[in-house]
Amino acid sequence: MRMRTIEISVGGFVLAGIIALVFLAVQVSGVNTSQVQDSYAVIARFDDVAGLRARAKVSMAGVTIGRVRSIDVDMQWGDAIVTMDILGEPGNLTTDTSAKILTEGILGARYIGLSPGADEETLADGDEIVETQGALVLENLIGDFLTNIGKS
Amino acid sequence: MVGLVRLLGIRFLTWLNSLGRATVLWANAMWWLPRWEGVRLIVTQIYYVGFLSLVIIVLSAFSIGAVLALQFYTQLARFGAEDAVGVGLALVVLRELGPVVTALLFAGRAGSALTAEIGLMKTTEQLSSMEMMGVDPLKRIIAPRIWAGLISVPILTAIFNTVAIYGGVVVGVNWLGADPGGFWSGMQEGVEIYEDLVKGMIKSAVFALLVTWVAVFQGYDAPPTAEGMSLATTRTVVISSVLILATDFLMTLVFYGDF
Repeated sequence: MRMRTIEISVGGFVLAGIIALVFLAVQVSGVNTSQVQDSYAVIARFDDVAGLRARAKVSMAGVTIGRVRSIDVDMQWGDAIVTMDILGEPGNLTTDTSAKILTEGILGARYIGLSPGADEETLADGDEIVETQGALVLENLIGDFLTNIGKS
Repeated sequence: MVGLVRLLGIRFLTWLNSLGRATVLWANAMWWLPRWEGVRLIVTQIYYVGFLSLVIIVLSAFSIGAVLALQFYTQLARFGAEDAVGVGLALVVLRELGPVVTALLFAGRAGSALTAEIGLMKTTEQLSSMEMMGVDPLKRIIAPRIWAGLISVPILTAIFNTVAIYGGVVVGVNWLGADPGGFWSGMQEGVEIYEDLVKGMIKSAVFALLVTWVAVFQGYDAPPTAEGMSLATTRTVVISSVLILATDFLMTLVFYGDF
């Protein structure tokens, strides 16, 4: 086999590999070149996060506006501290924003839903969302239900 | 009883011995970076182990992608979750099947050929005549083949992944009628570039290392008889396949294990 044919084939082979990688990165992983967006951190305390994970969605009105960065437990108060990264500059969430832990569908993943408040002041980087509602845990609900039946 | 223990000891020492020789061979061959004339040798080898493996890779990738899409679709459609076909397919292919199947096919298609070629060179004493002429067979024969494998397998894996996803699109979207919007956006939502694509490529690079290493060593170490060669070729395929699958489990554990 002549060296020329071999070199052309190998060049085409490497090129095909590079094109495949670009396709995988852009079309399959959905990387946007303009994805370098600013974000700031907001924390919230929940009495129960029940299956919320790091990197879960943070959404407002069903639109994703951030991700959960980390979840820690506060041993002293027995609640969970969730740190979220909110896209954009500080100043797009009011101080009386409330946070709820919700579930996508019946079996879906847990995510945090934010509802806007009416306050004039806004949350800065590192501020805390005070008004929170933890996840609904089915076992607790059933337990409450049974005790109530027992009482009546 | 003592005989059994002794047998075990002999087995272990033989194994340790050949592992040592394989490591020394690999280290000696890879010690020098290839010079300019070495690049030509590598290009020729990429042609033989990489380019000529394209057909089998593309055909298998397309079938695997098509079959996965078909299975995912029929099962997920029962829950009305056809949109998840895309992300399921992409994750399975990028994380596991792409690197593993490519490496297995590479071991069968190119690894065995490498062993046979080097084994025959040794049997016909081409390697010793090279040494006699003052050409180091490690640099001239072994190193270019290892480099070619290391370069080719990740490229083949990338092509495999792309073709498999395309096969999934053909079956899932064009034939069965999953919604293309949900298919692609679900895939882009669920697939992370580092977590899935890059880690898959790291796997394939490790597999490339294992396969070429086993293939080259088995050829170089084969007894110079027809029987020895056939044994060595078989061993290349068997050992590299087992190594690929075992290492894949370990790497998955390290990459994705939740601990």
